[in-house]
Amino acid sequence: MRVNFTVNGRPQEADDVWEGESLLYVLRERLGLPGSKNACEQGECGSCTVRLDGVPVCACLVAAGQVEGREVVTVEGLADYAKQRAEHGGCASGACGTSVDEAQRWQARGQDSQTGEGTELSPIQQAFIDAGAVQCGFCTPGLLVAADEMLERNPNPSDADIREALSGNLCRCTGYEKIMDAVRLAAARQGEAV
Amino acid sequence: MPTNGAPTKLTQGYRTKGGIGESTLRPDGTLKVTGEFAYSSDMWHEDMLWGQILRSTVAHAEIVSIDTSEALAMPGVYAVMTYDDLPTDVKNYGLEIQDTPVLAHGKVRHHGEPVAIVAADHPETARRAAAKIKVDYRELPVITDEKSATAPDAILVHENRDDHHIGHVPHPNIVHRQPIIRGNVEEARKRADVIVQGEYTFGMQDQAFLGPESGLAVPEEDGGVHLYIATQWLHSDLRQIAPVLGLPEEKVRMTLAGVGGAFGGREDLSMQIHACLLAMRTGKPVKIVYNRFESFFGHVHRHPAKLYYEHGATKDGKITHMKCRIVLDGGAYASASPAVVGNASSLSVGPYVIDDVDIEAVALYTNNPPCGAMRGFGAVQACFAYEAQMDKLAKKLGMDPVEFRQLNAMEQGTIMPTGQPVDSPAPVAELLRRVKAMPLPPERQWESSEGADVRQLPGGLSNTTHGEGVVRGIGYAVGIKNVGFSEGFDDYSTAKVRMEVIGGEPVATVHTAMAEVGQGGVTVHAQIARTELGVTQVTIHPADTQVGSAGSTSASRQTYVTGGAVKNACELVREKVLEIGRRKFGSYHPAWATAELLLEGGKVVTDGGEVLADLADVLEGEAVEVEEEWRHRPTEPFDLRTGQGNGHVQYSFAAHRAVVEVDTELGLVKVIELACAQDVGKALNPLSVLGQIQGGTLQGMGVAVMEEIVVDPKTAKVRNPSFTDYLLPTILDTPIIPVDVLELADDHAPYGLRGIGEAPTLSSTPAVLAAIRNATGLELNRTPVRPEHLTGTA
Repeated sequence: MRVNFTVNGRPQEADDVWEGESLLYVLRERLGLPGSKNACEQGECGSCTVRLDGVPVCACLVAAGQVEGREVVTVEGLADYAKQRAEHGGCASGACGTSVDEAQRWQARGQDSQTGEGTELSPIQQAFIDAGAVQCGFCTPGLLVAADEMLERNPNPSDADIREALSGNLCRCTGYEKIMDAVRLAAARQGEAV
Repeated sequence: MPTNGAPTKLTQGYRTKGGIGESTLRPDGTLKVTGEFAYSSDMWHEDMLWGQILRSTVAHAEIVSIDTSEALAMPGVYAVMTYDDLPTDVKNYGLEIQDTPVLAHGKVRHHGEPVAIVAADHPETARRAAAKIKVDYRELPVITDEKSATAPDAILVHENRDDHHIGHVPHPNIVHRQPIIRGNVEEARKRADVIVQGEYTFGMQDQAFLGPESGLAVPEEDGGVHLYIATQWLHSDLRQIAPVLGLPEEKVRMTLAGVGGAFGGREDLSMQIHACLLAMRTGKPVKIVYNRFESFFGHVHRHPAKLYYEHGATKDGKITHMKCRIVLDGGAYASASPAVVGNASSLSVGPYVIDDVDIEAVALYTNNPPCGAMRGFGAVQACFAYEAQMDKLAKKLGMDPVEFRQLNAMEQGTIMPTGQPVDSPAPVAELLRRVKAMPLPPERQWESSEGADVRQLPGGLSNTTHGEGVVRGIGYAVGIKNVGFSEGFDDYSTAKVRMEVIGGEPVATVHTAMAEVGQGGVTVHAQIARTELGVTQVTIHPADTQVGSAGSTSASRQTYVTGGAVKNACELVREKVLEIGRRKFGSYHPAWATAELLLEGGKVVTDGGEVLADLADVLEGEAVEVEEEWRHRPTEPFDLRTGQGNGHVQYSFAAHRAVVEVDTELGLVKVIELACAQDVGKALNPLSVLGQIQGGTLQGMGVAVMEEIVVDPKTAKVRNPSFTDYLLPTILDTPIIPVDVLELADDHAPYGLRGIGEAPTLSSTPAVLAAIRNATGLELNRTPVRPEHLTGTA
């Protein structure tokens, strides 16, 4: 089957999609967006968390056909998404829609191929690097999408709020302490910027 | 710029930023937060196929027949291979003992053993084709424990063993046995005023790295193959892969793909040979990615163990003797079992002074899942048992458990049960003091003006209690882990360092085969190069087999050994750079010939701080490159009868205090805090040090209260191979983990550093168990603790 949907503000068309394929497979293997990760493919680890019309979901549990006509944001689009949110007074979720004009203006940015230096990052992405919340990094994309969504809803989360919001995202390297630090840091920086 | 003229840019002042001791940020951090970092499961190649493995559905059986015809007939299927299709006489592999079949031959020895492999144009096609392969099994009785393994009429898991351990084991179903005898236990026992005995059980833990086993094999024009792979040791893989493929090692090129965690689970091969075989058979690139279910069968686990201990002590609290027997279940194939036995036995006394010991450790061959390396490697199981014994002794003596430990704590100069002196700082008593001195978390934190915050209570959002039946407990533990490969292993690493001018700036390039698995070795290598070469810009070359072996990313050894190799290569590069400087500029300043010279802040500087030249001038038109192996001091094997020998190169120590709250009615545990104090020798990157300690601590907590692979004792089949049923700590289950880092230099090691990755995984588990015992008064001789163990319904 053919699936038409929007990914990170850009219209996408996936052809020859088998009915059993997940959104995760289509993103990773058909659209060249492997940022959403395949750690369990059974909805337990959160590594493939994306926004579907603004709502965080495990892409592995969404059948590709279910996203027809809908809007998906992945970790690859997170920086742009956060930037738009900042520019549009706090609403950049797919639920608010992306104008055709904006979608047409989207383009990949040049960057250093080894370190990614020069890449524009969202506050939560920068905080994960600064706080040491990244080790192997396999859980990172899903955590970033989930944490960014939480900070959108709750700019001043308590530690218990952070833990509750991120409890669907497994990390095996960090013991979560630096992830807590990163989310607190992003919230604090966000607070300073307002 | 004149190459033989006077040095230019002679501004005074220098400082190299980003050297050792600073918390520099990961060079791969940006790629990892943008989703662009290429993990092994992200590899893609034009025209590539997908590989799938068919695994045994039973644990122990003869294979009567395999029929692949239906699978081969499926559209989209390019190849189906079984044992009969292996290209050479080398059909087994293994880390130490080559006992593991690439594909099963006539027999399967554990649930999930690879039987056949398929390549197809879509992963689902490959899965369906594998499911159409018909395997007829004739089931055999299963060997599942010591009793069934060593019974007189026991079926041998491996017939006709010819490995180098068979000569000294009491039964062919025992992989390796290591006794350690020192002093006179029977005489010492007479001095004991109290004696405590215990039988302990340690469950099977999984590494559960998040990035599944995966990789891409690309056939090459010269008949060779290029494998992009997530592993812990490229050259160890290479040594095992090439003979099976019938290729010389130089025709198997290996490049490290992004590794999504490892923790020991990637020391053994998984899909490496299978992907290469299918690529060579089809002439097309082949990608294999395990799903989580398959990952539970695709790598070895932590050895489950039975541990029998006896300790004695005098009335005044001095330990008189220790006897122990540690039985590790190695499962169907040897993997790292022999080395795990060596660790378990040689570290079985823990960080204590005990002169009279009688120790025995064995690993069994059974039909359970194969077990091998996991963070802590034999020392974890022992620590769980000896720390329970310490609490029992203290209790029986009426002493404080921390003071009792401090009274018996090892220190620099202590002789290990192997006869080896501890020749660097061993601040065991101090670590306990520090962890005890940390402030305790407040009581009843769940209470708020709006009622109980159930997220802070045992049972959490299940809303099972608002504080009724909840009891707090506190427990302590301390552990000792060896660093580096022990028992005489030639534990070396190789580094290639290049220095040149690019765009007017001096740049260093560091090339090693070290597997970056998340630990931050790449960060530290750049820091070392900056410190040694005085440059800001350091490029870390991707790890591959175009440079010599770096050894394994395991045993807490990479910062020590590959870090040491990078430091050494940098020092050699520095000498060559100074030679060039002397040749070019020596006549302009006498200090070139007389002073000790350093490279700092992009300049050549005297030890007195005078700037002699800019590195860009020195290296103009020249490049310096060195590739060199580096070794730590050699170790010796343990004597097979007495266990004596200088087997270890360095030790690592950590202590924990656990604070738990237990709902005693439902048997639910909430770990509130896991405070850790650890000696790291020298924190090359303090932020990464904390990350290692906190991560290791949580893995120790996991196996204390939730993580266990459950194997059916009747069938030897794995019952919970998924993240739904194998429980990992989430961020909600996780306590706060305050860390106190001590830096006492080990003069034998580069910068005085100590390998740190594993020690925190040891003491975390027994500290949590001690805290639960403290809360409940129960004996709790098994880990992980499950609710039924706390409610008396087990």
